[in-house]
This record gives sequence, structure tokens and C-alpha cells, in this order.
Amino acid sequence: MTTIVRHRLFWPAAVLVVLLVSNVFFSPRFFTITLQDGHLYGSLIDVLRSATPLALVALGMTMVIATGGIDLSVGSVMAISGAVSCLIIGDLSDQNSVGGVLLAVGAAIVLALVLGVWNGVLVSVIGIQPIIATLILMVAGRGIAQLLTDGQIINVESAPFRVIGAGYALAIPVSVIIVAVVVAVSVLLIRRSALGVLVEAVGASPTASRLAGIRARGLTIGAYVFAAVCAAIAGLIFASNVRSADSNAAGNLIELDAILAVVIGGTALTGGRFSIAGSVLGAVLISALDITTITVGVPAETTLLFKAVVVVILCLSQSAAFRAAVFRRRRTAPVTPAAEVPA
Amino acid sequence: MIDVTAPPQPETAATALRKRRGLDRRHIPVLATLALLALMYGIGVGNYDNFSDTQVLLNVFVDNAFLLVVAAGMTFVILTGGIDLSVGAVVALTTVVAATLLNAGWPALVVLPLVLLIGTTLGLGMGVVIHYFKVEPFIATLAGMFLARGLSLLINRNSIPITDPFWTSMAQERIRFGPGVFISTSVVIALVVLLAGAFVLAYTRFGRTVYAIGGSADSALLMGLPVGRTRIAVYTISGFCSALGGVLLSFYMLSGYSLHAQGMELDAIAAVVIGGVILTGGSGYLFGTVLGVLVLGLIQTIITFQGTLSSWWTKIVIGILLFAFIVLQRLVTRRNR
Amino acid sequence: MGDPPILQMTGIRKAFPGVVALDGVDFSLRPGEVHALMGENGAGKSTLIKVLTGVYGIDAGNIWLDGAPVRFGGPLQAQQAGISTVYQEVNLCANLSVAENIFIGREPRRFGKIRWSEMRRRSVELLAGLDLHLDVAAPLSTYSLAIQQMVAIARAVDVSAKVLILDEPTSSLDASEVERLFEVMRRLKRDGVAILFISHFLDQIYAVADRLTVLRNGTLIGEYPVADLTPMQLVTKMIGKELTVLERLEQEPRTVTADAAPEPFLEAQELGRTGAIEPFSMAVRGGEIVGLAGLLGSGRTELARLLFGADRPDHGSLKIDGKPTTLRTPRVAMNHGIAFSSENRRTEGVVGELSVRENIVLALQASRGWSRPIPRRKQDELVERYIKTLGIRPANPDVAVRNLSGGNQQKVLLARWLITEPRLLIVDEPTRGIDVGAKAEIQRLLVELADGGMAVLFVSAELEEVLRLSHKIEVLRERHLVEELDNTGGGVDADRVMQAIASGANA
Repeated sequence: MTTIVRHRLFWPAAVLVVLLVSNVFFSPRFFTITLQDGHLYGSLIDVLRSATPLALVALGMTMVIATGGIDLSVGSVMAISGAVSCLIIGDLSDQNSVGGVLLAVGAAIVLALVLGVWNGVLVSVIGIQPIIATLILMVAGRGIAQLLTDGQIINVESAPFRVIGAGYALAIPVSVIIVAVVVAVSVLLIRRSALGVLVEAVGASPTASRLAGIRARGLTIGAYVFAAVCAAIAGLIFASNVRSADSNAAGNLIELDAILAVVIGGTALTGGRFSIAGSVLGAVLISALDITTITVGVPAETTLLFKAVVVVILCLSQSAAFRAAVFRRRRTAPVTPAAEVPA
Repeated sequence: MIDVTAPPQPETAATALRKRRGLDRRHIPVLATLALLALMYGIGVGNYDNFSDTQVLLNVFVDNAFLLVVAAGMTFVILTGGIDLSVGAVVALTTVVAATLLNAGWPALVVLPLVLLIGTTLGLGMGVVIHYFKVEPFIATLAGMFLARGLSLLINRNSIPITDPFWTSMAQERIRFGPGVFISTSVVIALVVLLAGAFVLAYTRFGRTVYAIGGSADSALLMGLPVGRTRIAVYTISGFCSALGGVLLSFYMLSGYSLHAQGMELDAIAAVVIGGVILTGGSGYLFGTVLGVLVLGLIQTIITFQGTLSSWWTKIVIGILLFAFIVLQRLVTRRNR
Repeated sequence: MGDPPILQMTGIRKAFPGVVALDGVDFSLRPGEVHALMGENGAGKSTLIKVLTGVYGIDAGNIWLDGAPVRFGGPLQAQQAGISTVYQEVNLCANLSVAENIFIGREPRRFGKIRWSEMRRRSVELLAGLDLHLDVAAPLSTYSLAIQQMVAIARAVDVSAKVLILDEPTSSLDASEVERLFEVMRRLKRDGVAILFISHFLDQIYAVADRLTVLRNGTLIGEYPVADLTPMQLVTKMIGKELTVLERLEQEPRTVTADAAPEPFLEAQELGRTGAIEPFSMAVRGGEIVGLAGLLGSGRTELARLLFGADRPDHGSLKIDGKPTTLRTPRVAMNHGIAFSSENRRTEGVVGELSVRENIVLALQASRGWSRPIPRRKQDELVERYIKTLGIRPANPDVAVRNLSGGNQQKVLLARWLITEPRLLIVDEPTRGIDVGAKAEIQRLLVELADGGMAVLFVSAELEEVLRLSHKIEVLRERHLVEELDNTGGGVDADRVMQAIASGANA
């Protein structure tokens, strides 16, 4: 029992369960899932579906944070990918052509690759602090997305494109399948290869990693590229859902939710050990939170407050100084930061 | 911070003096901003009629008085090597609380100090969490941002117009210097804050400790400086400035709205960076931040004059400027090592 | 100098979990004297200072300052009472001006406003008193490290003129700067300041100190007037000549075979890095153990790091297998078959968060790249083998390394490098903090590796170890390689080495 409780995913999972269950009191059919026209419907399905963009962004963010960095530009990358894809589809003579849609999707992802390299180079080659380096793309990127769409909302009517966000396959929403596939492939790639361990080493101790022969540069750039591509896919799902490219709304403030999801999932902001499952769980939790506030009838504004409380609790619980102050009464002798037990 | 393996240079009095006559490396970023500002102004004057009107420049101050105050607070925080993401949210909270209380009949002279107190207390809280519990400033102020934004949404999700006579008079009051040349009282308030801030940073022990912490917090501690108190104080100051910025914004907009000042923290950070304040702390001037705000404001003005240029160009240009200045900062700090 | 001591510490005892850092140490300091505190790594020097200035609390003992008993809660209190410390790393804020660094926290003010011109004037005066003429308004960073160090001293002296502690102030200074520092110290002496001088540079001790106190392993060896000890005697007291338990166990003299490979694997020619190690030349052959001997600060680690590409040389060249090579990064060195086990195991060695297994396979994995993971079965087999061979405890490969004791962490680090089957293994202090039995194991292991054809570069502060294992001993002194001693057949003894350290060729 203690091993279950001690597992770092226990508390987020528990909170998620509590949230979902509390919905039942207000909407008795919350847990009902029906099968209609070969599609699964139900509030639980809605929770999963609405979590898909955030889950993807959180996935990418996890790797960046694992290297000891952070990526604030993911929302802007979402907007850019939506803009690029809708522009291409909008220009197609036949918006329903699958080939055209594939081209649009491909273009969005390739562009994201380039943007990811940009971020990665700023951080690992030029040596700019990640917060600041990604801030540049965050600000300029949103402008670029709006430039591409000329400030308008570009509507598209494309059945193949619609499938991404609203389609169903095997009764499961396509967007959920996309996330599941991306997460599965990522986990396989990262954990089956040595990527996971090397990234964790770089994030946990850059000096020791260098002396162990790890070349951090490629890994770091790779992490930012991964984050950008994940954000691009999330942007495609979003654009598909709203059937348009809305450069203002796409990915607005999603970076903060993504960072929150990663932290909830147990990955430390300082880098090192990461948990993809945790980040995905965190994303689902945040999405469940949004839905619960609607079902329960609590004003949507409280979501922000709740998030604030969660962040505060998480940070304090992760802070050794806080734990010491609360759980230990005895004051030990003052020790300066330089003090160390002689080895 | 010091590269121990750097070859030691023999130092004579002559060499020392020679170094002094050259450009003080710390001034380069601000001078670059000044040059940029002059360049932009030149472009504006060259391309558009009436751009050279004095009021055009004064309007930049009028339209950005609140950002000047908020960015001033942010400067203190960044000088210590920290960051404050909550400023926009506190601005919004201030406007919402003020509007709500004023509409409930509270007298302006009670509301004003009260909302300032709220912002200051929030800043104090964040400072305490950052220093005593050693939570990273990014996360602590992020939580503060969620908290303040959440509170303001909770109080009222709609825009609340302000009709209080004191407020409206502050909104409309103009200090005239001649026909068609004026500034608002907010500008005066902002200037007072800036002058006070600059004085504190340059002439008080507290201000110099701020720079010391940014240079090396460990050294500052070993030198016996009150690092903890100072750190908490800068976040408190930022909270106060955010609240005051909120008051000025509420004068400008005559409304309280939970969605005010979305992204203002980024504007403030951009202004500080463009103004040549180094993000890792310890170097930079409040004057630089003022220039940074002016740059942002001037970009906006040029776009307005252009008419056909769309607002997203602002974002792109700001992004480019940020890039240029950050790389410049990197080069400057690298050579200092 | 018959004055009563201004500072007196008696019976100081300080223990940390698992180690007694100071055991009944006495220390006294008289006004107007330079008193050197000496000892090797782990002897307790910095602990004594931290205990004095209140960074650590004392378990037992007393401290008197100026005749009154004191116990400080922290550096600030100590400073206010008259004890100032200048640290090895210049602990000033280089972004501030010289004058500010001297006066920050106590700037001259009028009604709260700092009087800059007054501050600058007083700074100039203060520095002139130490024969320094600087532009006090310039940022400290525009001055060399040596000057920065002197500014730190100026501040310390101005803040409290009773006791000045200089903690290894000369590590980054060259000869002329050191002389300048000594001038300053002599001036302060004449003014009655009591100076506690920590250093391991013998020349400097003899040049400037009046008395010295030697610590070893947390105990007081003795206090002596400098004039009464020859360098040889001093080195003996610091390193110690008693046989340890280990040597009683293993009394076999080193039967070193001369089976080393004919051609050197690695040759360094006038390789050097300014400020770290003066240009040196040496060669290492396969099958040979080369030991680096020297006191703390003599440049042993710096030399080793250059041979691994951990630092870049700015002088000289390197040849591997006869071909000129530049070791740009550690990875490049690894590709050539060089391994380096760092002495800072906690910060540069093991990655605390990761498990024992992950740490052990880390270097091997890094050299294979991310796309070729080591198969799990092979990992398990390798890890188990090394856990057993080196006796890593707990024997659980999935435990996070930070939970292991220092000695076991060292073994994990060693395992990491042994797994890469290098041609040259550089080990820096591999047996520090390891229990006696494991020490023997590791030493035997190194000998086995050399017998199997591996070249080994062995750095250790324990002279007996170096003597026992090495075919060849390179003696370092104050960042110079001063002598190479041939130990095949066990020809070299401790005295010979200590002589080389103590006298040495001119620095």
C-alpha cells in the first residue's frame, strides 16, 4: 500500500479521480458512455478529447524541461502550424483532396522542425537562457502567425482535415488516437534507445555528463525540435476542431498549462528525471478540471484560482526548505550555501 | 563568476586610467538602445507628416505611463536576477477591485491606498515564498499570476466602467505646456516613480545591494549584505508598481476588467531587455528601461501612422529587437569574463 | 611578539555524520604575526575556519577573542567582532566598482543618501595604504584576479582590523602578484593585524609566515615557529609516515615488471594551461602505472584533466600512438580510449539522481551514441559483475546513486570507466574515502589492469599508495612537474619523493 501511495503519480491520479467522481453528483450520467453511429460518446470521452492538444504540448515540454530548459513558444508554434495548414488547404482547388491535406500537414510539421532548431540553437550554441530564447519566438511567432493569416480567421471546409480533430476511427476519436500513437512512439523511442537516460543525465548534471562523454548539444536541440513538432500537431488538432486558423486563440496561454501539467506529473523544473506518463496525466487532470467546473456549475473563473492553489501546493511540497520548516521544529545551526560535509 | 584560469594582467595606474577613458562596457547596451530610439524616431520623422510634432513623442508617454511604472518594478526584480510573471495579473486585479469598490460607493481616497496595499502584499508574499522556501521565481510568480488573474475573474468577469469623479478627473486632467502640447497626470506620477526608483538604485545602500545580489548572491551573503530582506523587498516593490500601474491603467481606460493587461508582463520584460538590463542580473539602468518602453511605444506609433501596417508587425519587430538585444547582451557579458 | 594571543581556540571538536572533521584541535593567533595553517585535503583546515566564523557550530571546545569567550552565529557576526575572511575565490561582486566593493554595506551616507565622492576618496586612501593605485570607479571586473584579491583584502582589513583570515589567497596568482600580496601582508603585520594564512605552497609559507600549525586527519600535529622546521620535516608532518593498517596488511614491495609496451601510448610535449599547470612533458605506456605525487594544489588534477580533454591546453602538444592529436572534448578522448575518473565525484562524477546501473553504463552508452542502446541483458551482466568486483553496497543496481556512501559512489564511478575498457585509465583520488578492504581491492585491480596492458595514470594524495603501485612517479610541486622518478623494482622510497616535493627544481 505504501508503495502505491508513495508513487509520485498517486496524488495527481487521486485528484483526477476525485474530480471525475464529483462530476457524477451534478451530472448523473457523467460516466455513461454510449455508442452511436459507431462513435463513442460521453463526458469522459469529452475530457479525453479536450485534453489532446494540451497532452501533446505537455509531452514536448517534458523533454525540454528534462534537459533543464523551458519552452514558452509552444503556443505560437501551434498558431503558426494552424495558419500554415489552413492557408494551404484554403488555396487548394479541392479542399477535400487528401493529398492536399497531407501536404498542408507536412508543411506545418516541417516548419515546426525549423522553429525547433531555431530555439535549440539559441539555447545550446549561442548559450541564451531558455526562458529568454523561447520568449523571442513566443512574441515574434504569434506575430508571424497573424501575418500569415493577414489578421483574419481563415475558414476551411475540408472533410479530410476535419478528421484530425473531430473524426472517429474504431469508435475512438481520432485526436485521442493521434495522441496515443505519438505518446507511444515517443515513449518507445525515448526509453528503448538511450535518449531517455542521456537526456536525464544532461539535465541532472551537465558537468558530470560532459565528463562522461555525452554531447549535450544535439540532445538539447533535439528536445526543442520535439517540443515544436508536438506543438505543431496540437495546432493541427485545434485548427481542425474549429475548422479554421485563428492566430489569436490558437494555443493562447497553453505554455503555462503545459508547464503546470509537467510539474504535476512529477518532472522537476530543474531537469533530470522526467515522466511522460505523468505529464499526460497532468494534462488530463487540467482538462478534467476545466470540464468539472462547467458541470458542477462553478464559475469558470475558479479554474484559475484552483490552478494557482495547485501550483502553490506543488511548489511548496517540492521545496525542501518548506518541508523542513513545517515538519521539523528544531532549528539546526545556520549553514551557508558553501558549507559541505568534507568528502 | 570569475574565470579563475584567465591569464592575470599586470596592472599599472596607467593601464587603469586607459581603461577608464574607453567606453565603460556596462554602458554599451543602453547606448545601443538610445541609438535605436534615435534611429526609429528618425525613420518616423522622415516617413510621415506630423511625426515631428512634440505631442507625438509626448503621447508615447501618455499612452504608456502604466507600462513605465510596471517596467520600473520589473527592473528591480530583474536586477537581482529574478523575474516577475505576475505583473499583468496584478494590474488587472487592481483595476477590477478598484472598479468594484468604487461602484459600491467606497470613497476614492480609501480605494486608492487599499488597492495599492493589495498589490504590495501579493508581491511581499511572493518574495517570501521565493526567499524562504527557495521556490524558483518563475514558478512562484506564475502562481501569483494565476492567483491574481483568478481572483479578478472571480470578482467580476465583465468589464466594469468607472464613473467615480476623482477617477474621471484624473483621466481627463491635462497638464498643458502650450497649444496642443500636453501630458496627463499619470505621466507625472510615472516620472516621479522613475526618478525615485533611479535615486534608490544609485544612491541608497538598498539599491546597491540589489546590484550586488544580481552580481553574485553568494558573495553578497559572505560580505554580510542583507540578501534575504533585499530580495523580498524587490518583489514587494514590483507588486507595488504593478498595483500603481493598475491604478494608472484604470485612469486611462476608466474601467476595471479582468482581461486587462493580458501579456503585460511580457511587454515589461521586453522593455527591460531592450533597455539593456541584463537578465542574469547585476547590470543595467532604470533609464534603460524607460528607453525600452519608449522603443515599444514608438513602434506602436509608427504602425499607427503607417495606417496600413497591421498590429502583428509590432510583435514581429519586438521579437527581432529582443533577439538583437539578447545576442548583444550575450556578447557583452561574454567578454567581461 | 610576546603579546598575548588575540585569538585562542582550544579543544575544538566538530563531527559530521560519519566523519570527525576536527578532534580536539587547539589554535592560537598573536597580533602582528602571520600564522600558517597547514594540512592536506580533509585535514580540517577549512572546517576550523568555518567553525571560527560561525558557519558551523562546535560540538566541543572554546574560542576566545581578545580575552573574551565568543561563539559566532555566522560570518556577519564574526566580521562585526573583528574577524574578516578573504576566500580563495574572490567573493566580491565584480559587476560593482572597486570603491563599492570595499564599502558596500557600510557606505558613507548623509540622510540615507550615499556620498559617492567621499566613498571614492576613502577607497583611494585605503588602497594607497596597501600600495595599490586603482581607478576606484571602474568595475571590479576590469581588473585582474590578483588585484581583485587585494581589493578583497582591503575590504576585509577596513571592516575589521583585528584578525584577517586568508584562505588560500595565492592559488590563482603568479609570482609577482604573490610578492605583492606578501608586501601587503607585511604592512598589515606592522600595523598589528593578526593574519591566519592557509596555504599549501611551501615556498610561500617560508617566505611570509612566522609560526605554523599542522593538522592531519582532523587532529593537531603541532604548532611550530617556521624557523624551527625544515621543509622536509614539514612535509613529513603533513603527510605522515606511520604505516597505515593497509600497509601492514600488504607489505609486499612492488615487484614491478618491466613489461610495459615499447612505444608510449600517450606523449605530452610541453603541454600546459596558463594558471593551471606549467608546460610539462611526459609519456605513458601501455602496461605501465604512472603515479602523480605532490601536495594539494600542485596541479595533479589539472594535469590529468588536460590529458582527458576536460580542459584545453594553451601550450604544447599531445601525441597518441605517435600521431599528433587534439583532445577537443572528453568524448574525443574517449574515442581514443582514454578514461578519466574525477576526484570530485559528487559534482563531476556520478549523476546523483540516476541509478547505479545508469551511472555505470553512462560513459559506455555515451560513446555508442543515443541510437545504439546497450541491450538490457548485457547491462545487467556488466553491472552485476562490477558490483561484485568492486563490492558496491547496497548491491542493488536500481538504487539512486545519491543514496550511496561516498566510498561506494567512488566505486560506481570507477566501474563506469572500467566498463569502457580504455587503453589509458586516469584515476584521480580513486581511494579517497574508501574503507581499507576496498582500497586494497582497487589497488589490486589497477595492478591487474596494467598487467593486462592498460596504461594507468594514478593520482593520489597518499604517497604510500603511489609508491606501492607506480612504475614511474611524476613529482609535482606548485604547478610544475619537477621530477620523474623510476620506481621499477621499488627503487624509490617516501623520503626521496618528499625531498623532491620539498626542495624541487626552481619553481
